[in-house]
Amino acid sequence: MSFPLLTATAAVPAAGAVLTAAVPAAKREAAKWLALLFALATLGLAAVQLARFDPDGKTFQLTESHAWIADFGVRYELGVDGIGVVLVALTALLVPFVLLAGWHDAEPLETAAADRRWRPTQGFFALILMVEAMVVISFEATDVFLFYVFFEAMLIPMYFLIGGFGDRTGEPADAGEAAARRSRAAVKFLLYNLAGGLVMLAAVVGLYAVTADQLGAGTFSLQEIVQARSSGDLKFATVTERALFLGFFFAFAVKAPLWPLHTWLPGAMGEATAPVAVLITAVVDKVGTFAMLRFCLQLFPGASKWATPVIIALALVSILYGALLAVAQRDIKRLIAYASISHFGFIILGVFAMTTQGQGGATLYMVNHGISTAALMLVAGFLISRRGSRLIADYGGVQKVAPVLAGTFLIGGLATLSLPGLAPFVSEFLVLVGTFTRYPVAGAIATVGIVLAALYVLVLYQRTMTGPVKESVRGMPDLRARELVVVTPLIALLLFLGVYPKPVTRILDPAVEHTMSQVHKTDPRPDVRVSTAEGAK
Amino acid sequence: MSRAAAVHSLWTDSSVSAVLADAPRKIPAPHIEYAQLSPVLIVLGAAVVAVLAEAFLPRRSRHLAQVAITVVGLAAAFAAVVALAAKGYATGKAHVAAMGAVAVDGPALFLQGTILLVALVAALGFAERRLDPAAHGRPVDSFAAQGAAVPGGDAEQEAVKAGWTTSEVFPLLLFAVAGMLVFPAADDLLTLFVALEVFSLPLYVLCALARRKRLLSQEAAVKYFLLGAFSSAILLFGVALLYGYAGTVTYSGIADVVNGTVRTVSPALASSTGNDALLLIGGAMVLMGLLFKVGAAPFHMWTPDVYQGAPTPVTGFMAAATKVAAFGALLRLLYVVLPGLRWDWRPVMWGVAILTMLVGAIVAITQTDVKRLLAYSSIAHAGFILAGVIAISPDGVSSVLFYLAAYSFVTLGAFAVVTLVRDAGGEATQLSKWAGLGRRSPLVAAVFAVFLLAFAGIPLTSGFAGKFAVFKAAAASGGAPLVIVGVVSSAIAAFFYVRVIVLMFFNEPRADGPTVAVPSPLTSVAIGVGVVVTLVLGVAPQYFLDLAGDAGVFVR
Repeated sequence: MSFPLLTATAAVPAAGAVLTAAVPAAKREAAKWLALLFALATLGLAAVQLARFDPDGKTFQLTESHAWIADFGVRYELGVDGIGVVLVALTALLVPFVLLAGWHDAEPLETAAADRRWRPTQGFFALILMVEAMVVISFEATDVFLFYVFFEAMLIPMYFLIGGFGDRTGEPADAGEAAARRSRAAVKFLLYNLAGGLVMLAAVVGLYAVTADQLGAGTFSLQEIVQARSSGDLKFATVTERALFLGFFFAFAVKAPLWPLHTWLPGAMGEATAPVAVLITAVVDKVGTFAMLRFCLQLFPGASKWATPVIIALALVSILYGALLAVAQRDIKRLIAYASISHFGFIILGVFAMTTQGQGGATLYMVNHGISTAALMLVAGFLISRRGSRLIADYGGVQKVAPVLAGTFLIGGLATLSLPGLAPFVSEFLVLVGTFTRYPVAGAIATVGIVLAALYVLVLYQRTMTGPVKESVRGMPDLRARELVVVTPLIALLLFLGVYPKPVTRILDPAVEHTMSQVHKTDPRPDVRVSTAEGAK
Repeated sequence: MSRAAAVHSLWTDSSVSAVLADAPRKIPAPHIEYAQLSPVLIVLGAAVVAVLAEAFLPRRSRHLAQVAITVVGLAAAFAAVVALAAKGYATGKAHVAAMGAVAVDGPALFLQGTILLVALVAALGFAERRLDPAAHGRPVDSFAAQGAAVPGGDAEQEAVKAGWTTSEVFPLLLFAVAGMLVFPAADDLLTLFVALEVFSLPLYVLCALARRKRLLSQEAAVKYFLLGAFSSAILLFGVALLYGYAGTVTYSGIADVVNGTVRTVSPALASSTGNDALLLIGGAMVLMGLLFKVGAAPFHMWTPDVYQGAPTPVTGFMAAATKVAAFGALLRLLYVVLPGLRWDWRPVMWGVAILTMLVGAIVAITQTDVKRLLAYSSIAHAGFILAGVIAISPDGVSSVLFYLAAYSFVTLGAFAVVTLVRDAGGEATQLSKWAGLGRRSPLVAAVFAVFLLAFAGIPLTSGFAGKFAVFKAAAASGGAPLVIVGVVSSAIAAFFYVRVIVLMFFNEPRADGPTVAVPSPLTSVAIGVGVVVTLVLGVAPQYFLDLAGDAGVFVR
């Protein structure tokens, strides 16, 4: 039996979480280093996955399959396709930066120091690793039930991260109010996602009932179901397929989030610390868009085509609505949250445009959005931690006081508005091209989103970084060594993937084509079909 | 009249006349398979020994002796259940013992095993003596110093001063367990009724025995007794009507008449036999009696008051074991006696299940007391289990068995945690007092959070596996609307479970907040068992699903 690489990639952070949580209260620093060590080990394993993954090989590679709950037709089945392996790598890449960026975010308050059993630091780092483990296994699961279990279970650590840890901002007198706001945001996050998950549970049960009815034994194995579909053993009644599709899609649309199910995101990202906000938007939400590709399209191709017009319309609303609200925000973190909603609109648009460029662009966008949002949000977090305020109006002229901070913030912002030369441009362009070929009007409307992105990013930069130096930011220190370690690699990656996205698209493209073939969709004009990498240039 | 003719021919039937001819002989002694009834007999024996111990042992040594008798008796009974199952009585050798009164089959043995384990863990909570501050130098448990003393009266003060405790709770527990063991195994309606009374009466008394808040406890007991007596009466009336319908009280005999396969009509009942009105009314009344014990809406009104007033260890035991026993009896009744009538009772039970799920989930939102909250949550769970009961398939039976086992340990654990959180007035069950518990006692709060997540059915806990099993069975038998209502009420229920978690972890502790008492190993073990079972059944449920699956066939 070969080494269970995929299991290990999820088990290492999980073990790290348990060990970190067990570190005694006084040994806070040790706990942090321990967590970082495990995050780096996970990154190493993810790198091995990438190295051993053969883009031209079988669809699902490095597979593992063990009996789990035979009564439910559930197997412990792991396997990665190109999309999965890249997203696992993205997760493993971002988490060490998240940990480093949040290095001092969870120190116990002096007042609570007397209570030696309260260990927030250990909890913070352990919870992040726990989220990482669950996200990784959701990207790897090829059993619908297994995916569901972790899709749902990751809400719990995420919930404690949002509700339990916030910015150290404002006066201590505000602490109670801030805690109440935070706890409301966390509850909203949990209830939205839990409701989505429960709707999906009904669909999962329904899927079992259908497979049990038609195949003799219920199964959740993605490959088995897809195979049975193509061989004609398994036929969904139209109504059933649509109902199941909607059940799944609802959960993923809440997670992604798609307008009008997005309202939990700004609150959660605004109240959580910047690293946790990165974890939400760059890592956890990707599970939603990833699952649309993997489960909605492959399990229910007919219903996917049926729902496409509505979903494209909702994605367009997301793009414009998110961008417009971002323009109007006064709070830096909420602005980035609304920008993310706009970007998730692009990703979903690309997925449901059902063209190679569109889906290739959408998958690449998941990676690029992860990196660019992480860069922007983490720098914003550094900025906020210096001044103790999230309001844009409290800043001004920062670039004169802290030029490196302002510069990195600008690069993160430019990546967010998809400046050519930075990574997100390639993916956004591909999504738009892919949409144009099939839905020209939708493509045209989506382009407006790019214009608005320029507006909210540049206005944000102008108000906070340029202009006369405000009294409140005078003497603000520039980025420290730890913060530079966080930001520099992310920016380097943005530049590199902006000029040369091939290493990533090389892995993604075959998987995207496989998905397309599952939906029985071909590009509108097959004769001019170009590889997405060429389309980028 | 063909029936009259049939009666006549029956009356002169040769076999009957043969019996009549034998009449001068002695009545033959009933044939009882003692070995197969050993779990019940062991528990009853232990109960009798415990009563004797109560009578003859000096007060000082009673507590230890009672705990020992109880634990040994329950463990021995559990061993007997395992031995019976190992001998194949759960599958191949399943049959009806004791002259058709008691079934020895898979569901019966599975449920008896569950009840015994639940009782064993609950007994640990009964025996806990480190939580309440010592009364005049003597350790005391959660039970009244002297049950008969008037609350606040002189007799009570004297009893407290003397350091008495009510060690009678252990024999009462054992009698209740014995009744519960018979309840799901009962194969005729009279045995069902007797078992119901045998386990209900000790519970009424146990409910009244709280050491603190005695008036609340006595009020709960009176409510429980009155409503319980009422429901027993309804059940008994139903039994009488069913006897009128079928001329017999055995399950298989009634089922035969329902299916129209046999018409052994006794002349005395010739005018009523086969009368569908009797069957429908009688069946409905028996169902009502059982639904009352299960705590299903609209027969749930007693649950919150009784759960709140009863001593918490008793509440935990009652919430877990009563539910197991009553659902067992309900399953047997619906699957053995009334399957032929399913088109009549299924719509009604659909309504009951939907109502129960929604009432439990919605009313729980407004609760401000932990014990009442858990009571409403238990109502919602009864609704989920009913969704599995209605499936009428082997899958339905095994999913209900699994759910009951999973649920009862979560419940036991949750109530055991409630006993730990205390202030000057005893247990601090006001939810607002739990604010910030996660800061003061992270471990206890985390354990309680695990139980709440299991109640909410979050994956990787036993609650999820159980819920999935039940919903799966319901969906497979055409109960998609039930699944949808179940999912909706789960979402509603999640809200209040989450609210408690928020309260414990994200709110500042109150200055006058409760403290967490350090329990003796007894309660620690009970809580530990709860956590382990919750996680094991959540992560690796297959073995237990197999067990429940193998036990899923009722003998007829």
